[in-house]
Amino acid sequence: MTELTKLTIAEALTGLEKKDFSAVELTQAHIDMMEKARHLNAFITETPDLALTQAAASDQRRADGQAGALDGIPLAIKDLFCTKGVRTTASSHMLENFTPTYESTVTEKLFADGAVMLGKTALDEFAMGSSNTTSYFGNVINPWRRDSDPATDLVPGGSSGGSAAALAARLCMGSTGTDTGGSIRQPASFCGVVGIKPTYGRCSRWGIVSFASSLDQAGMFARTIEDSALLLKSASGFDPKDSTSAQKDVPDWPTMLESGVKGRKIGVPKEYNVDGMPAEISKLWQRGIDWLKEAGAEIVDVSLPHTKYALPTYYIIAPAEASSNLARYDGVRYGLRVEGEDLTDTYEKTRAAGFGEEVKRRIMIGTYVLSAGYYDAYYIKAQKIRRLILQDFEKAFEQCDALLTPTAPSSAFAIGENEDDPIKMYLNDVFTVPASLAGLPGLSVPAGLSENGLPLGLQVIGKAWDEQTVLQVGRAIEQAASFTAMPQLNMQKAA
Amino acid sequence: MSLDIDTVRKVARLARIGMNDEELTLYQEKLNTIMGFVEQLGEVDTDHVAPLPSPVDITLRLRDDEVSDGNYASDVLANAPEQAESFYVVPKVVE
Repeated sequence: MTELTKLTIAEALTGLEKKDFSAVELTQAHIDMMEKARHLNAFITETPDLALTQAAASDQRRADGQAGALDGIPLAIKDLFCTKGVRTTASSHMLENFTPTYESTVTEKLFADGAVMLGKTALDEFAMGSSNTTSYFGNVINPWRRDSDPATDLVPGGSSGGSAAALAARLCMGSTGTDTGGSIRQPASFCGVVGIKPTYGRCSRWGIVSFASSLDQAGMFARTIEDSALLLKSASGFDPKDSTSAQKDVPDWPTMLESGVKGRKIGVPKEYNVDGMPAEISKLWQRGIDWLKEAGAEIVDVSLPHTKYALPTYYIIAPAEASSNLARYDGVRYGLRVEGEDLTDTYEKTRAAGFGEEVKRRIMIGTYVLSAGYYDAYYIKAQKIRRLILQDFEKAFEQCDALLTPTAPSSAFAIGENEDDPIKMYLNDVFTVPASLAGLPGLSVPAGLSENGLPLGLQVIGKAWDEQTVLQVGRAIEQAASFTAMPQLNMQKAA
Repeated sequence: MSLDIDTVRKVARLARIGMNDEELTLYQEKLNTIMGFVEQLGEVDTDHVAPLPSPVDITLRLRDDEVSDGNYASDVLANAPEQAESFYVVPKVVE
């Protein structure tokens, strides 16, 4: 049965259709893998019974000729998506016992197409982090290990680290993520899988626990570009319940992947060549440029002059929106309550006990930059620079169809590294944050291994609403890279 | 500029996060690291730039002003830490 966990989604759909195996068998194979890989701590809540019930219903639909686009495909869902009747924690003590009475739009769409839910994956608390070390439910371990130092546990990246780790370890066939500043693309790079964040507004935010509403965007993890396109197509589309959901048709991405990049213009932004970038990342980037050139693309040098201001801009806007969004956790309507002497004391005790350190830090920053006397100097200033960053991209896209950059400035690091200085941790997102601020689609595709045997991703950034080109360029890199490496200690118990 | 301990205390109060003096000192240090990092934004000339609140040009939609949802109090209250007769229960706020 283990072979079933090595299939792509596209292959599994063919196998299900040909009756080579059933959805129940496919789901059971993944449940077995989840049990063997519990040491990775990728799931906060496993839902094997629900999965098998959904799989049996899927087999029935297929027998009746009613199968949907993803019918019988077992997925893992980031524990930031509300799932009706299944605990949704956001990896926070605050929501440890929160069981939604409604379904998020994205998961509802996936289930409507027949997808099966294996469980809810761990993340950084409220999606704030780049390492999965801020979860109330413990660290997630990356299934990949350094060749030279296989005993050290590495982070899967974050915030959607559980979703990326579960997929890399073959515990699921695809998974959902959310990306606010890089939370899909960076873990995809660290775990050797494909991760796509579509244009802001493409997937509904309804039913996703909010972090920074003008940046939050749902997206998908899969092991191939084709699978990513299948999942993204299912999850996308207009939703009247999300005020910033776009009224746009969803293209049939899975059928558009093989057009190649011949004659397409690929921009290479010089400002992404940051100080101190490891040589292996520069080399990977150059290899990606060469691959696209060989595939017939034209490489164009472009400039995004405000790139260096993206991270500080993000660390004003995201905490400001977070401080406002997280004000809802008051110990009254849902979530944790710690009784105090009066209402204010109850708020303060509840929020002191319910939030972890990183979340408190960001709420404090956000509260400060929004407070009287600082609002213009910090928050409005950051919003102005956000416009300059968007204009940089608009100008660059007058010269090219898509941009190619590294996804992250390093491969996966050890648990505990980068913890001493918040800025060091924030620098993980230096290449992903600018596209988030501009709302642009971005994708990370595995492109090679580091000297230490760890996966490295390349990022493709596209024009707003042009996921099609992003996926096509991603497909060209996927073909050239032919990344087939697997996590080396996939099933070995942690020491 | 850097945040003094009274400012940090005030911010914690505004954010309704209870903190003792030791924690305030800890957060003061981390907050100052971050505020020091964002200080570089001052270099950018933004005199004639309009703020960008949302990245994508989406006009907020209006819908007809009619009831489209509701009437499920038990769902709304399902996760309340304390409830009674379809109400949330909070500590006494009026003496």
